Amino acid sequence: MRQIVMVPGRGMKDVPTHYCPGCHHGIVHRLIGEVLDELQALDTAVGICPVGCAVYAGNYIDCDFLEAAHGRAPAVATGVKRTHPDKLVFTYQGDGDLASIGAAEIMHAVMRGEKFTTIFINNAIYGMTGGQMAPTTLEGQKSTTSSQGRDKAMHGLPVRMAELLSTMDGMAYAERVCLADMSNYHKARKAIKKAFMLQMQGVGHTFVEVLSTCPTNWGMSPPDASLWVKNTMSQYYPLGVVKEREK
Amino acid sequence: MNKELWKGNELIAEAAIRAGCRAYFGYPITPQNEIPEYMSWRMPEAGGVFVQAESEIAAINMVYGASAMGVRAMTSSSSPGISLKQEGISYLVGAELPAVIVNMMRGGPGLGSIQPSQSDYFQATRSPGHGDGHMIVLAPCRLQEAADLMADAFDLADQYRMPVMILADGMIGQMMEAVTWSERPAKPMPPKDWAATGREGPGKTHFITSLRLGASDNELFNNRLQQRYRLIEREEPRHEAVDCEGADILLCAFGTTARIALSAARKLREEGIKAGLFRPITLWPFPEVALRALASQPSVRAVLTVEMSAGQMVQDVRLALVGSRPTPFFGRTGGMIPEAGQIVEQVHLALKEAQA
Ligand SMILES: Cc1ncc(C[n+]2csc(CCOP(=O)(O)OP(=O)(O)O)c2C)c(N)n1
Ligand code: SF4
Repeated sequence: MRQIVMVPGRGMKDVPTHYCPGCHHGIVHRLIGEVLDELQALDTAVGICPVGCAVYAGNYIDCDFLEAAHGRAPAVATGVKRTHPDKLVFTYQGDGDLASIGAAEIMHAVMRGEKFTTIFINNAIYGMTGGQMAPTTLEGQKSTTSSQGRDKAMHGLPVRMAELLSTMDGMAYAERVCLADMSNYHKARKAIKKAFMLQMQGVGHTFVEVLSTCPTNWGMSPPDASLWVKNTMSQYYPLGVVKEREK
Repeated sequence: MNKELWKGNELIAEAAIRAGCRAYFGYPITPQNEIPEYMSWRMPEAGGVFVQAESEIAAINMVYGASAMGVRAMTSSSSPGISLKQEGISYLVGAELPAVIVNMMRGGPGLGSIQPSQSDYFQATRSPGHGDGHMIVLAPCRLQEAADLMADAFDLADQYRMPVMILADGMIGQMMEAVTWSERPAKPMPPKDWAATGREGPGKTHFITSLRLGASDNELFNNRLQQRYRLIEREEPRHEAVDCEGADILLCAFGTTARIALSAARKLREEGIKAGLFRPITLWPFPEVALRALASQPSVRAVLTVEMSAGQMVQDVRLALVGSRPTPFFGRTGGMIPEAGQIVEQVHLALKEAQA
């Protein structure tokens, strides 16, 4: 007997993803697909995926996609949105991609007030390359390049990108969310929808930072990873709206 | 038709717009600043997009974005900035995106000098960035030719879905010459049905990417690229030959250096030495078949390559002639320009050595 245990989410292609069990990348994809479907934007949306575990996002979310070089998604999105202001344009970047190698590109996209949306996946680690320290790795957190835990004296403290970028006038809306439980899940969904809607009103840059899991490289079970986001990560990275300016 | 006086850099910018370029992204660097300056007011006037990027890296990635949307897009820079664009050019190759990149070369290495140079020949013609890729590389030596080649550059980029480089130097960018705008009919181009301008229905999306994680998939892609490159090598080589028939010696030079080599050839003719100029217009594909044919004339005793570098194109000359003729080299480096008198001396030397 065949039993259907799962159907693809709205706005998603009918293919299995390659993400590890308990990874939140797939959930964020699903939220984006759902919101695009709800906004009837799947035909006009253009996503830009990063170098990182989400490099195949374009195989999963059912809209057009470009794959950018590591960290360059905001520059690529600038080329897309400036030539096609009518499209709903979003980038999807990890923390190595956005906060490290692509720090200049995201800073200047926000400085110029580029009218696209950034979905920023902060999982406090480099996922794809096997768990190295990221600019977002918490103090004391172990990684393959900080085996004794991140040392402030050597690496400084982790960066809060949503706050940093919100100091610039070009940032119209920034919110930090997580997916650790259902109430946060719904908040994340609302934030993504709001960011897309504000983009189409042309108010400026919109930015959603998602505190996300990497059970594989954190060495945790999926439930423990979710709990760690909720209890530990969100202490350093406060959830909620960081900036909101109307027009 | 009216002749108009233009400065090289501004001419190149205007020619791009007339060729249908509607997106320009760049970062200031001497000696090409007039290109972004001109584009900053002219592009909006033409209904296109101008962005002063935060870096050359950002600029080439903006080109990637615009090109993926089917727009004719370009960037320009000079040597140090072109080094920063290498990553982006490799991604354009890997994602099969058309683009035009102008390099107004200056003396290197490092920050080098701001005077004209041709020392980025290897970087342009071997393989931009990493991987087994190519750009078509066009080298104008007069401003009229620069204007015409800009139009060709956008056509070639669209036709073969690959980046095309205009490789010139600070001299071409800064000089002024009279130009007429040719009213040529637009060439039919393949449709850009690959552009990511919106899915064509559920599940029918465009995905512009250079990632092919399976090695065998990636090899298939590379094979396809190489087939295209072989076709380009057959169809697209261009050169100009001046007084090469029955010549005693061929001078091989491109761009600004070809102008100087031509005046050296004229001086030599006055002395009774039959010197011809062989000027590659496409540096990749290198016009090796034409060079081989002209160099194999019984009259030709040597082929002297002259460059504003320590000797880069001369490798292609030697590969083309595989030892069938002496292939001496003369170059100036660092931003210094060879003088016609020096070239004449080198020809005397080359002929004496060929005699011996
Ligand atoms: C120029 C360049 N440098 C390094 C890499 C190797 N690399 C691939 S993914 C990655 C980091 C990914 O981490 P993150 O952005 O945090 O995304 P995640 O995988 O955690 O989702 C790195 C360094 C690369 N592909 N290109
Ligand atoms: S390595 Fe980490 S970020 Fe990547 S798919 Fe696995 S859990 Fe997710």
